[in-house]
Amino acid sequence: MRFLLLFSRQGKLRLQKWFTPLTDREKKKVIRDMMMLVLARPARSCNFLQWRDLKIVYKRWYASLYFCAGLEDHDNELLALEVLHRYVELLDKYFGNVCELDIIFNFEKAYFILDEFLMEGEILETSKVAVGVSLEEADTLQEGEAKEAWRPLSAGAC
Amino acid sequence: MPAPIRLRELIRTIRTARTQAEEREMIQKECAAIRSSFREEDNTYRCRNVAKLLYMHMLGYPAHFGQLECLKLIASQKFTDKRIGYLGAMLLLDERQDVHLLMTNCIKNDLNHSTQYVQGLALCTLGCMGSSEMCRDLAGEVEKLLKTSNSYLRKKVTLCAVHVIRKVPELMEMFLPATKNLLSEKNHGVLHTSVVLLTEMCERSPDMLAHFRKLVPQLVRILKNLIMSGYSPEHDVSGISDPFLQVRILRLLRILGKGDDDSSEAMNDILAQVATNTETSKNVGNAILYETVLTIMDIKSESGLRVLAINILGRFLLNNDKNIRYVALTSLLKTVQTDHNAVQRHRSTIVDCLKDLDVSIKRRAMELSFALVNGNNIRGMMKELLYFLDSCDPEFKADCASGVFLAAEKYAPSKRWHIDTIMRVLTTAGSYVRDDSVPNLIQLITNSVEMHAYTVQRLYKALLDDISQQPLVQVASWCIGEYGDLLVSGQCEEEEPIQVTEDEVLDVLEGLLVSNLSTPVTRGYALTAIMKLSTRFTSVNRIKKVVSIYGSSIDVELQQRAVEYNALFKKYDHMRNGFHLSLLMIINFRFFVVLSSFKMVQVCLSCLCVVPILQANDLLDLLGGNDVVPVIQNTVSTKPASAGGELLDLLGDLSLSGIPPMTAYNKNGLKIDFTFERANPNPNIAVITIHASNSTEADMTDFVFQAAVPKTFQLQLLSPSSNVVPALNQGTVTQVIRVLNPQKQQLRMRIKLTYTHKGSAVQDLAEVNNFPPQSWQ
Repeated sequence: MRFLLLFSRQGKLRLQKWFTPLTDREKKKVIRDMMMLVLARPARSCNFLQWRDLKIVYKRWYASLYFCAGLEDHDNELLALEVLHRYVELLDKYFGNVCELDIIFNFEKAYFILDEFLMEGEILETSKVAVGVSLEEADTLQEGEAKEAWRPLSAGAC
Repeated sequence: MPAPIRLRELIRTIRTARTQAEEREMIQKECAAIRSSFREEDNTYRCRNVAKLLYMHMLGYPAHFGQLECLKLIASQKFTDKRIGYLGAMLLLDERQDVHLLMTNCIKNDLNHSTQYVQGLALCTLGCMGSSEMCRDLAGEVEKLLKTSNSYLRKKVTLCAVHVIRKVPELMEMFLPATKNLLSEKNHGVLHTSVVLLTEMCERSPDMLAHFRKLVPQLVRILKNLIMSGYSPEHDVSGISDPFLQVRILRLLRILGKGDDDSSEAMNDILAQVATNTETSKNVGNAILYETVLTIMDIKSESGLRVLAINILGRFLLNNDKNIRYVALTSLLKTVQTDHNAVQRHRSTIVDCLKDLDVSIKRRAMELSFALVNGNNIRGMMKELLYFLDSCDPEFKADCASGVFLAAEKYAPSKRWHIDTIMRVLTTAGSYVRDDSVPNLIQLITNSVEMHAYTVQRLYKALLDDISQQPLVQVASWCIGEYGDLLVSGQCEEEEPIQVTEDEVLDVLEGLLVSNLSTPVTRGYALTAIMKLSTRFTSVNRIKKVVSIYGSSIDVELQQRAVEYNALFKKYDHMRNGFHLSLLMIINFRFFVVLSSFKMVQVCLSCLCVVPILQANDLLDLLGGNDVVPVIQNTVSTKPASAGGELLDLLGDLSLSGIPPMTAYNKNGLKIDFTFERANPNPNIAVITIHASNSTEADMTDFVFQAAVPKTFQLQLLSPSSNVVPALNQGTVTQVIRVLNPQKQQLRMRIKLTYTHKGSAVQDLAEVNNFPPQSWQ
């Protein structure tokens, strides 16, 4: 996988993960192109399209949020759909009935979850349970620090 | 200073902005606050501020002033700080900036941290954005960590190692020892990442590949366990146990089995098992099947297995799920070269996909359809493809048209079918046809000699209907210019000939010149066509008028052409026919279609005119008649002249028509024989080869042969084989004369010979009247 993007139907970026080094300008171009291509697709199209030398896989969840991944030639597109699905499940489990707002207001958590699931464009952990456990423990670590500091910070020091 | 506002608060506030300007204002205000907070080196709220900055960065606003702050967060002792710091580093920094190197030390320390989650953060960041320098510095740490038994860390280190290898391939060797017992893991996460690492190494190094082939049995076993094992809640996806791992193993097997008989054999059974047993009702099962098919096709599998794979793809084609149909078409496209016959069996399904509503599927189906066209199915396939061309979206038309032309050229069952197909494309998708197709089509039409009348008629009719499609108009103009005589004489055999007068044809062509729809290129074609018709039609005056009008056209190209054509009318009227002749000859060769017809005129004019007109005038004086036309003699082998010679050779259709040779001159030991050939396709041209031989004891050097013919003829003299006629008949000098005799008058020729013999110059004139009737009738 080369990149993973989350954006709304109105063209607002919600998350960007890049697995290859690109300049800011290149990133902006990719984002623009992806939004343009994906948002223009009619409702019941297939979830794949070709862009430059990449296979693009996209899926819409929560009525207005698009998940879009750029794959290399040897990546399995059908499996990529499962990868996106798995990420959605992880988000769902963490936030409890997740919706787009959760991802907007807790974007840093969305990244943390992603980083426990994928790395270097590859799957890190195939077990939902294991990912959930790591996240819980990491959050506990954070909360512990917050309590120590005696400041009324909620889980999520921000 | 009050505490900086919290992240969620900021997000809420920004979302209330109703305009872009309002949002920008809020952002600027907050950025200012954050900047001053950074200046105060406040540790407590740094984390909060950077998080806000990251949010604003995601909205598209610049956040580079937060980069150093991220580094400070990373260096902090608190996990909370590190988490945001590392995230910030991954979002704001990249390997192009030197700043990122400052992270190296922090990462190194954190890699050895006591808390695994801190170590995890460091590994994640290094694996995400570590530059080559960082990877080189920290590879040792990574390698050390690979030995850990902590599965949480193990999987992260393994992927980090993959990143290092991708960045610095030379370091791959150092990870080799750690791969010793890579596959004996139970933990799926570790197993999965290990398979990724092995795949990476095998893809990059043939040595590694050979080394790891021994793992095939182990991989097969793991895969088997996954399939046969009962329900495992932790890894289950719709009834399939850990599909991600299964697919990854299948991919590694593909790489290991490729080109290797033993490995391929070892995996045959498991592949068959997966292919037949996997549940296909959900996407996840199909994802595994897909990977299995790819593997089967790539390794040296037995033929039964290959057929099974293609059949799976065939079933995919009929699946309701669009994604699966798309994937099937993509895979079939990959295998169509190697397993052509097997894929052919699914041709009708593939062709049906042309009618699919989905754009991605249509595109793949089109590509695959073209790959499947062959001599047997060309008629049926072309019908479908032409129907597709009619109805498809504009984005497909150019590619489809090109594909149709290519396929038609390769497999056309008959010339008539070929021309009809081209016509169909030009009329239905004429504006989408690529520019370079036009010369190719012209070439094609030229070569289909017997179809000229039919072609020009159909094109003319098409022009009457619609002049908006430029490629169609260009090809049609060219044809009319070339075969206009066939058009007005109503000679079509293939279909009912239409009645068309010269004036009507000229009306159409002039219409193209003035129409707003015509591009400059098209106008050029139209003008040249009109010009060419001056040698085929009788209404030359009308043509002359048109041409002279365009001599003052605003369009420079058009103006230049018109001026040159005007010149042809005025100064070289006698050569217009020759112009026709040369064009006709040279048309058979690609370099015409590469040069535009305008350049062609230049070549003609330059070769035929850059001439020693002097020489011709001399001859005129000598021969003292106004009925004799100066002849252009090519003594220098300029390119066109030799082209002429090659033309003669390459025309190939020259048939020795059985015209008897004759002796034209025989005096003082110099004998000149003429032999005759008729040039095809133009029967008005007689090709005469002179053979000069010398029966005296001394060579005749500086031998020059010149000829002149009456006005109604055109003559072209090509380069002689040599200027020395050797003594005692030891060899002949040959030279080719081409005579155009459109009015079929009796051929007469005056010849002049000059040579040096035994030290003195000799000159002689003679008249040749004894041409056999067959040579000019």
